[in-house]
Amino acid sequence: MTDITTEKARIGAPSSQPFINGFTEEGESLSPLNAAESKSPLAGEAVKAHSHGGGVGIPDSSRAGRLTSYKLADFKPLTGMEEDWRFTPLKRLKGLHTEVLTGTGPSVAVTAPDSVRVETVGRNDARIGSAGIPEDRVSANAWENFSEATVITVPAEVETESEVSVVLTGQGTQAAAQHVVIVAEKFSKAVVVLDHQGTAVVSENVEIVVEDGAQLTVISLQEWNDDAVHASSQQARIGRDAKFKHIVVSLGGDLVRVTPSARFTAPGAEVELLGLYFADAGQHLEQRLFVDHGVPNCKSNVLYKGALQGRNAHTVWVGDVLIRKEAEGTDTYEANRNLVLTDGARADSVPNLEIETGLIAGAGHASATGRFDDEHLFYLMARGIPEDVARRLVVRGFLNEIIQQIKVPAIEERLTAAVERELAATNH
Amino acid sequence: MSTLEIKDLHVSIDTEQGTKEILKGVSLTIKTGETHAIMGPNGSGKSTLASTVAGHPRYNVTSGTITLDGEDVLAMSVDQRARAGVFLAMQYPVEVPGVSMTNFLRTAKTAIDGEAPSLRHWTKDVKAAMAQLRIDADFTQRNVNEGFSGGEKKRVEILQLELFKPKFAILDETDSGLDVDALKVVSEGVNRAHAEGNMGTLLITHYTRILRYIKPEFVHVFVDGKVVEEGGPELADRLEEEGYDRYVQGAGAATIAAADAAAQA
Repeated sequence: MTDITTEKARIGAPSSQPFINGFTEEGESLSPLNAAESKSPLAGEAVKAHSHGGGVGIPDSSRAGRLTSYKLADFKPLTGMEEDWRFTPLKRLKGLHTEVLTGTGPSVAVTAPDSVRVETVGRNDARIGSAGIPEDRVSANAWENFSEATVITVPAEVETESEVSVVLTGQGTQAAAQHVVIVAEKFSKAVVVLDHQGTAVVSENVEIVVEDGAQLTVISLQEWNDDAVHASSQQARIGRDAKFKHIVVSLGGDLVRVTPSARFTAPGAEVELLGLYFADAGQHLEQRLFVDHGVPNCKSNVLYKGALQGRNAHTVWVGDVLIRKEAEGTDTYEANRNLVLTDGARADSVPNLEIETGLIAGAGHASATGRFDDEHLFYLMARGIPEDVARRLVVRGFLNEIIQQIKVPAIEERLTAAVERELAATNH
Repeated sequence: MSTLEIKDLHVSIDTEQGTKEILKGVSLTIKTGETHAIMGPNGSGKSTLASTVAGHPRYNVTSGTITLDGEDVLAMSVDQRARAGVFLAMQYPVEVPGVSMTNFLRTAKTAIDGEAPSLRHWTKDVKAAMAQLRIDADFTQRNVNEGFSGGEKKRVEILQLELFKPKFAILDETDSGLDVDALKVVSEGVNRAHAEGNMGTLLITHYTRILRYIKPEFVHVFVDGKVVEEGGPELADRLEEEGYDRYVQGAGAATIAAADAAAQA
């Protein structure tokens, strides 16, 4: 495997070199005002009404400085030059960033064990805003325009015997908003599957609350039709000693942009953010994640794997991990692996690690993009393996590392079959 | 009894400077049970011959034939050749991302045999073969050749040779880069496979060292894309002492000698 390794580190430790006031070697530094504000996971109580997380004029050179607000008007219209939009073809967003999202959102069908509460609530429900705050214009647009939300609650100490299945079926190409809240109360244990299907143009906010001692797995499947456009901000707030596993699987859709984040609010918690994507000709699959270590002694592990094939298949992975000054004893690792199967595909991969304290257990990041090339194929075929089987073998093996983490047999089988279908699509 | 027959094979490759002929009329016949050594200096076309028989797309056959028991090997795809019984132990085995050794070995065996091996016997066979080649058991969990040392890669090639039981094994400089211990282990593997009596072996090597462990009945000296001299094991001994200098310096004379030999044959 010929690896093209791209690594980019941002280490926020103060430089011993003399520097211009207010600047680090990476650029403009955070204002003291912002640093004080950003201690709380949602950047303080006050910001719920209105916030410019980074303050006016602070560029997003640090992830901590990014603007967060519930109000669409606080976000400037997108130009495509913004750091967090620079890889996204805005023209293909079909209005998610410009239009009022009044279309009919995907229908929501929940199948859950009796012990789980499923509600449809209005905008004023107290749980809205408990874990999430928009970090970009498209997310804020959905927040401003959603009319009702689905709230799924796993009550305290309940351990569900089967997964909670949430099937979201697109209702057409009118730009729409969606809102889902998942709450895993104290010491509960559950698996929630968000299953996105059909045709939709939708901006979605998913808020995830993982209370103290809870163990929650959220799997977000994007098996949209070819014409779907989906932006999904999935923000999790992690309580003390909680365990949160988040798995993004993006296979279908014209443009899918998932932005998961995990914020630790108390010590002793662990998160695993996993992802799998398979882009075909013309597809844009983007994932930008954020792990915010703001408290001591938490662990995070990130692994995203992607396969690409066909002309103009484009994948983007940006992994931001921030270890704040307070987050002593943090242990974190993030990695992205891409497998390029044909010419004409493009994988962008940017792991960012910001470390504001040296008192950590570990911090690492890695990225490798490799090609499945003719020499691999020759080797396998020289052992009697036909070409189509050889390709399948490689891709299945590569992506299996993520699939086997899902641990819901029916979904594992479905995804294995879906990956085979993706491969079969270009076997001629 | 099978026969692999190479007749007047001409092979060229495309380079930036244009087409370059590498093999300039090679003829060779190997039968089941025979071991042939092809020896020659660097750049003489030994490895090209090996890769061409296996069907590597880089090499264009411009004329000549390769047949296996009369079947046209050149008309077969790479995987068909392997299933027909041709095995190439590669000089530089590639690392294949994402595929575990276990999965790879079983898939290949299934493809070659046309049916999946019985799981119980297969696992046992793999374990035993690995132990004999002194390959750590945990290699089965690793990806094909990924992170293996040069010596480990060569052992894994011979592991496949022993498990897949081909009709003809072509060993492309399997000995290069091996220390003496590894060379012994690898040679023993080849000898075990050969001793089963259903295989012909074509051993391509730059050095005579491996011939202390694997005994060829026939030795062919390759210079500049042609066989310039053929003989028995004694030819190898002579090469051990004299090296390739006399062929390279007097390539013209050697060519004539080979032509004479061919005329007599």
